[in-house]
Formats: sequence, structure tokens, C-alpha cells
Amino acid sequence: MSWNEPGGGNKGPRDPWGGGNQGPPDLDEAFKKLQQQFASLFGGGRGGSNGKGPAKGGLSGGLLSVVFGGALLVWALMGVYQLDEQERAVVLRFGEYHSTLTPGLQWNPPLIDEVITVNTTKVRASGLREVMLTQDENIVEVSMSVQYVIDNPKDFVLQVRDPEVSLQHAAQSALRHVVGGTTMDLALTEGRAAIGFDVRDRLQQYLNDYATGILVSKINIDDSKPPAQVQGAFDDVIKAREDEERVKNEAQSYANGIVPEARGGAQRVLEESNAYRDQVIARADGEAQRFDQLLTEYRKAPEVTRERLYLDTMQEVLANTNKVMVDVDGGNNVLYLPLDKMVPNAGQSRSASSRNGVTERDLREISDQVTQQLRRDLDAAATRREGR
Amino acid sequence: MSKQTLAGLLVAIVLVTLSNSIYVIRETERGVLLKFGEVVDPNLLPGLHLKVPFVNSVRKFDGRILTVDSSPERFFTQEKKALIVDSYAKFRVTDTAKYYTATNGEENRAAGLLAQRINDGLRNQVAVRTVQEVVSGQRDELMLAIAAQLNEVANEELGVEVIDVRVKKIDLPPDVSESVYRRMNAEREKEARELRSEGKELAEGIRAAADREVTVIEANAFRDAEIIRGNGDAEATRIYAEAFNQDKEFYSFVRSLQAYRETFGSGSDVMLLQPDSQFFQYLRNPQAGE
Repeated sequence: MSWNEPGGGNKGPRDPWGGGNQGPPDLDEAFKKLQQQFASLFGGGRGGSNGKGPAKGGLSGGLLSVVFGGALLVWALMGVYQLDEQERAVVLRFGEYHSTLTPGLQWNPPLIDEVITVNTTKVRASGLREVMLTQDENIVEVSMSVQYVIDNPKDFVLQVRDPEVSLQHAAQSALRHVVGGTTMDLALTEGRAAIGFDVRDRLQQYLNDYATGILVSKINIDDSKPPAQVQGAFDDVIKAREDEERVKNEAQSYANGIVPEARGGAQRVLEESNAYRDQVIARADGEAQRFDQLLTEYRKAPEVTRERLYLDTMQEVLANTNKVMVDVDGGNNVLYLPLDKMVPNAGQSRSASSRNGVTERDLREISDQVTQQLRRDLDAAATRREGR
Repeated sequence: MSKQTLAGLLVAIVLVTLSNSIYVIRETERGVLLKFGEVVDPNLLPGLHLKVPFVNSVRKFDGRILTVDSSPERFFTQEKKALIVDSYAKFRVTDTAKYYTATNGEENRAAGLLAQRINDGLRNQVAVRTVQEVVSGQRDELMLAIAAQLNEVANEELGVEVIDVRVKKIDLPPDVSESVYRRMNAEREKEARELRSEGKELAEGIRAAADREVTVIEANAFRDAEIIRGNGDAEATRIYAEAFNQDKEFYSFVRSLQAYRETFGSGSDVMLLQPDSQFFQYLRNPQAGE
């Protein structure tokens, strides 16, 4: 707290306190008179011894008045100061509260008045960090900052010793009180703003009770967190929450992956079945129409066509097949057996079958033998092929 | 002794007397005027005052609101749990005469006495409450009770007015704090595990639902496909039947021929034939047709 700043000392003569300007001359005169009286007293005494007294006394009296006047002027100028727009001044006259001054150029008699200037617009801040119990007997760490202005400079200066320490105490008490009435979950999350408001009301109440002249403008709960000892566990909960989300997303991505694929597969199955349907219908259609056309032509010449179809087919079938032809009737006995090409031991059969005059039964026996032999050989060939 | 020194001495005496008889009580102070140690004016107002030098003396005290910041103490609650409580009190000197006689104007002494009384009050008040009540529910009641009790005593004995008693800290002792931390850790672990398991639960659900959906989609597709195939088969059958019904005998003839062709198509077949079939009629007899 600074006081008696002679800020505008050089503006002294122009200040509105005309009384201050007029005062010194009056006082000067009074002092002059006093001086003269003193001078006459001493001068008279000395005059009695020297005789030159009056002349000498006049000279020292003049000097004295100049010194006195100068001192007075300095004293008066020391009392002039300037109050900034942001400031208020509490004036104590002989220790007693006199007035609270507003901004402008001010003058107070030094040594008589004590001037205490206070900045009333500056927003001050004070922070604190506390570890405390919550309602549900958990422990949280809260850091808070208090922004305040000095609302009532008179109270601030005069009513309380260390108003700012009082603010610290009150803030601590209010914060702990409010957090003590809040559950941990709330204090750590969305309850912060509410805590801020409650602390502010409570703190302002305390400060008003103590007449500190402080107005709390804002409370910020900067941070509220679990204490370091359990921070890891709390972080793990956050991680777990992320894990939960991640696992869910993974499952969702799995689902997003397989379901469309299945839909695609289903589409394929349907398309294939559609293709099958169209295919069989088209084939049926084609075959039916072919038959229709064939039938139409057949009806025009049934016998020839039947004969031709039969012969064509038989030709084709027989051309592609190995044949054993056996003529049973007498007359033209034709036996054609290309067995040597089909089976290695066919010579015997050929010699047997090449004889003339074979009975029908003989022929049947021979053909049976041949076919059995053929079958055996073919089976053997097949097993050999498989064995290999 | 010359007149000059005499005058100087006179001035000095006047000055000393003056300085001893003028005193200032500041706005922030309270003062007591004593006459040979006896209180004659217990309430000096702020401002400039005069007194008789060497006869009167003045004792000044701080008249502002003062703070007693008592040190943290361990108290036991109703359920015999220990709590460390730190408090402060705000007080102001009201009865200066009593204050002077009780404390000899020494602030430390007053503060010490108050702190002791506050701690006694806290001990009594905490002892009838549970931890829960002390921490959250009944702070205000607790403080008011202490302040009221204290105010009576302080006013009577010390001449001070207790404006407010506030608890700053209510903490658990360090060893208890440890177990609280352990409990908090366990609770968080529980929560974390629950979250993870819930995540797995949901994930499993999502997967299962997806699998179900896939199965259903496939089955539906199969059903629809079979229906379509059936439709196709039915339609084809209808077409065949319609066409072939026109001449059943011819159809069986043509169809048989086709079957022969396909059955005997491969070269490994061996046919044993009697040449008396119609096919070989000309093989034996060029005039067979006639």
C-alpha cells in the first residue's frame, strides 16, 4: 500500500484547491508576525548588549521565513497526487476514516492524512489445489482458481487483517464443503460446473460475513481428478471403455463383412437356379419343337422315315461298336469274328467257329464261351489297368 | 546559562511533552486508556487524542477481524473412525477492557485460547457424528454449534466475538487413506472388467446375429432356388409331355433310337449279333425287301 505519492507535484499551483494556495500566505503572515515577535524579544535582548540588534534581527528573520515558506511549499506539494481510473483511495485523517476518494487529481495534507490506494477494477486470481474426501468417502484432487475484485476498498483496507489470506481460507473451506457434499463420479465429470457455482455462492457468503470487501467474480474448477495413487485404475477404466467400443466395432465389422457376402452368395444361388430353370425349359422347348418338326415330317411318310431313322441309328451304333456276328441259318453261313484284335487267345475260337455244319446249340455254346472269355479278359485287363 | 540555551531547553521540553501527550488511534485499531495501569477509558475512538504524559498510557490492539488458524488434529467420530480436521476461526475484539485484562492485549494468547476451545468443540461435535455426517451432511450444523458455543465463552472470558468457525480440511489419516485408495482401485477394476465383458458380450451378440442372418439368408436362398428349379422342371415336363403326347409310339421309337445311340456310343462295347434282324436283311438276301 503506497501512500502520499507526489505524482502530480508540478501541477500543484493549478489544482482546484485554491484554499491550499491561499493558505500558505496566511500562514506566512502569521509566521512573520510570530517571527517578528520572537525577533523583537531576542533582538531586544541582544540589542541591549550590542545596540545593532534590530538590523541583524530583521535580516535573520527574512531568511527564516524564506526557509519556512519553502518547507511549507514542499509539504503542500507532497500532498498532491493523481488517482487512476482503476483506483480508489481510502483516506484516514489522524488514523480515523475520513473518506473514500474517486479518480482524479487529489490533495491531502501529508502527515495528517494517510492515503491508501486500492485498485478496484483489476481482476485478481488465486488458485488452490486440494486433495479431499467426497460424500461417498472417496478421495479426489481438485484444483480451483478464484477470480475476484476488490468491491469495497474501505472494508478491504480497514475491516480485516490479511483479507487475501482470509479469501484463501474461505475458498479452501467452501471448496471442501461443496465437494464433501458431492459424489466422486459427479465431482470428476459433469458436476464440475455445479461445484463452481456452489463454491462461489458459499465463498461470497463467507467473505461478506468477514467484511473483506472482496467480490468473487468467477470460480473455475480447473481440474478434478482422482489422486495419483488410483490414477492408473481410473485410466484403465477409460481404456476399458475404449476396449469395449473397439470390440464392438470389430464385431460390427465382422458382421458388415459376412452379411453382404452372404447376400451376394444368396443372389448367386438364386441366379443359378434361375439359370437352371431357364435352361431346362429352353431345352425342353427345343427338344419338344424338334420332336414336333420330326413328327410332322414323319407323318407325311411314316414308313420310310421310320426305316431311315432306324437304319441311321443302327449304322451309327454298329459303326462305333465291336461286333460279333453269328449266322445260325444254313445256306450262307457267314461268321465274322474279329476276336484276334480284341482278345489274344482268339485263334482257338476262330478255328472252332470256322468249321462248317455247326449246330445251333454248338454255336450258342461257342458264343457263350467267347463272351465268357471276352468278359474274363476284359475284367483282367481292367484289373491290370487299375492295379497299375 | 544564557537565555538562548534556556529557550532551547524550553522548546525541547515542550516538544517532548507534546509528543507524549498526542497519540493516534487508527481506524483499524482499538485502544484502552490507562491511568497508572488502571483502565479509565476502555473504548478509544479512532482519531487524534491527548493524554497526560507519564500519568496516562495507551494500549492498542488490532480491531480488525483476525484469524486463528489452528493446526490439524485427529478426532474420532461416532463409529470410532479417525479424521484429521483442520479449522480456522474469525474473531474480533469487542470488549477491549475485558480483552486487555484477560490477555494483557497479547493476540497470540487470545488466539491460543481460542484454538484450544475450538479443538475441544470440534472433538465434542465430531464424536457425536458419523464420518458421513461430518464430511457431507452436517458441516454447517457442526460449525454453527461450535461457533455458538465458542461465542458465549469467548465473549465472557476474552472479550472477543467469534464471527465464524470453519473447517478447512476433513481428511482421513494416511493409513486409512491407503485402504480407501485400495478400495477405489478395486472399484475401478470392477468397472473396467465389467466394461470389457460388456463389450465382449455385445460383440458376441453382434457376431451371432450376423451369423444367424447369414444362415437365414443362405437358407432362404436355397428355398427360393429349389422353388425356381422345381418351376423349371415342372415347366419342362409339361412341355415334353405336351409334345410327346402327340404320338406316343413314335416318341418311344425316336427316344429309343437316341438311347441306343448313346448307350452303345463307346468303342469298348462288343455286340453279339444274329444277322436275321431287319438291319441285316440285305446282308443275307438282296431280295429280302420284296
